[in-house]
Amino acid sequence: MIVIKRKPLEEILNYIEGHNKILVLGCQECPYGCVTGGEEAVKKLAEEIKNKMIDLGKSIEILEKTLIRLCELRYVKSINDLIKDVKAIVTLSCGVGVNLIADIYFEIEVYPGMNTLFLGAELREGIFIEKCRACGDCIVGYTAGLCPITRCPKNMLNGPCGGCKNGVCEVRKGLPCVWYQIIKRLKKRGKLEKLMEIWEAKDWRSLYGKGIRELREELGVENKN
Amino acid sequence: MKIKTNLQKVLESGQFAVTAEIDPPKNADPELIKEKAKWLKGYVDAVNITDSPRATVKMSSLAGAVILQKENIEPVMHITCRDRNRIAIQSDLLGASALGVKNILCLTGDYVTFGDHPQAKPVFDLDSIQLISLVKNLSEGRYFNKKEVKGKHPYFFIGAVENPFADPLEFRPIRLAKKIKAGARFIQTQIVYNLERFEKFIKLCEDFGILEKVYILAGIAPPKSLKMLKYIKESKIPGIEVPDELIRRMESAKDEKEEGINIAVEIIERVKENPGVRGIHLMPIGWEFIVPEIVKRAKLYPRPKIC
Ligand code: SF4
Ligand code: SF4
Repeated sequence: MIVIKRKPLEEILNYIEGHNKILVLGCQECPYGCVTGGEEAVKKLAEEIKNKMIDLGKSIEILEKTLIRLCELRYVKSINDLIKDVKAIVTLSCGVGVNLIADIYFEIEVYPGMNTLFLGAELREGIFIEKCRACGDCIVGYTAGLCPITRCPKNMLNGPCGGCKNGVCEVRKGLPCVWYQIIKRLKKRGKLEKLMEIWEAKDWRSLYGKGIRELREELGVENKN
Repeated sequence: MKIKTNLQKVLESGQFAVTAEIDPPKNADPELIKEKAKWLKGYVDAVNITDSPRATVKMSSLAGAVILQKENIEPVMHITCRDRNRIAIQSDLLGASALGVKNILCLTGDYVTFGDHPQAKPVFDLDSIQLISLVKNLSEGRYFNKKEVKGKHPYFFIGAVENPFADPLEFRPIRLAKKIKAGARFIQTQIVYNLERFEKFIKLCEDFGILEKVYILAGIAPPKSLKMLKYIKESKIPGIEVPDELIRRMESAKDEKEEGINIAVEIIERVKENPGVRGIHLMPIGWEFIVPEIVKRAKLYPRPKIC
């Protein structure tokens, strides 16, 4: 899932300073799996803003809306009527949503209400951990399903570096050395051969694209050239 | 042009090599390098100059290498993958060669959060093994993209590092073999205090058949004081192992400095007995002036004169 976290109220208040009518726009939990950008989060933020405004002796009108997905054009367009006299939108979605809304409604000020943290897994309630950097050319088929692009701080492809001790990474206590795990697993499976060879340098265009990455189904990924 | 370096000649002639390492200063003063280097001159075959160790801003290793050359000291220039991508590294290597630098040591580099600018964007475009291939390619007249270098191309004597104390132990020789295959001719090891583990590692390398293919220089850091040893042990500087026994020995020493020298000399004598260990690499960490004493006591002085 895309792991996101609400920005501090103060930052959001700074953005909307001077506006007396705003839209707080949420994103329902989607198949791509954002956490807590939905209806409840919208309601909560709207309330927090209103309370603060009351404290400050100001007034503000807040529209609340939650769409199925802020990252799909067909759903986003449904707010056309809603935003007629709205001058600012605060989105509670990942960065994709903010950017898409800002692209379409370019005359309205669009502000992120969330920080987009990473692509991760939820291990227990409230515990998320990064698993993938969407590098565009997945190599975990050779690394026992464990991603060194994400989980090795030095992005080693010929690991482990000299900082691996007792399976722990030198960079941080409690961070397992992913290369240690990869080797242990592949060895058990009798599949260490790939690691006996020099792993060539990565073509980072699959991650950085040429400018940005695009996918047009009929053309394939437009990253290079 | 393929002119061999002094370090290369010493190693290839089968003599036991001695190198030492200095960190460049955290400012723009060349005198600080000269000051450290003067203790080493004549007592080592080449002097390593590090590349922003511990991810901390220091004078560049290229500048440091050139300053050493002006003092008639042969440098070993360190290059890490942390701060530069394949473009910058190749540009620096062309520059280094143009300025006469010929020994290159390839490392991955400490992670940025260890250093004084933890906010920095880590680069790590390549890892150390890919970096070795890059230096080798350039040495053979090809850029990393395999295109030919038109005109004068560099020639480098390529080194790399290995940590016998890192895990998994049984994979270390395999990884070392990859470094050799990529183009490393000499290998400096992490600081050796744990001789038992070091010897286990060398044995594994021997069994794996790679000892004849590379010159191994054992890393030696003379312990200046009990405090220093404890610091290394407790702060767990990545990859160094300090056995308790060594701490106890230092604790009961009357003169810590004298004991530190004894320890260094004993470790040198022990590592020398291992097949495949073809030299030592001294890391005096702020105790450069002791190098002549240690080299002499280890009976490694005078250094071979090679033309
Ligand atoms: S290799 Fe790339 S796509 Fe695969 S898990 Fe890692 S970052 Fe994600
Ligand atoms: S210890 Fe392992 S995970 Fe950490 S940087 Fe080194 S290879 Fe990567």
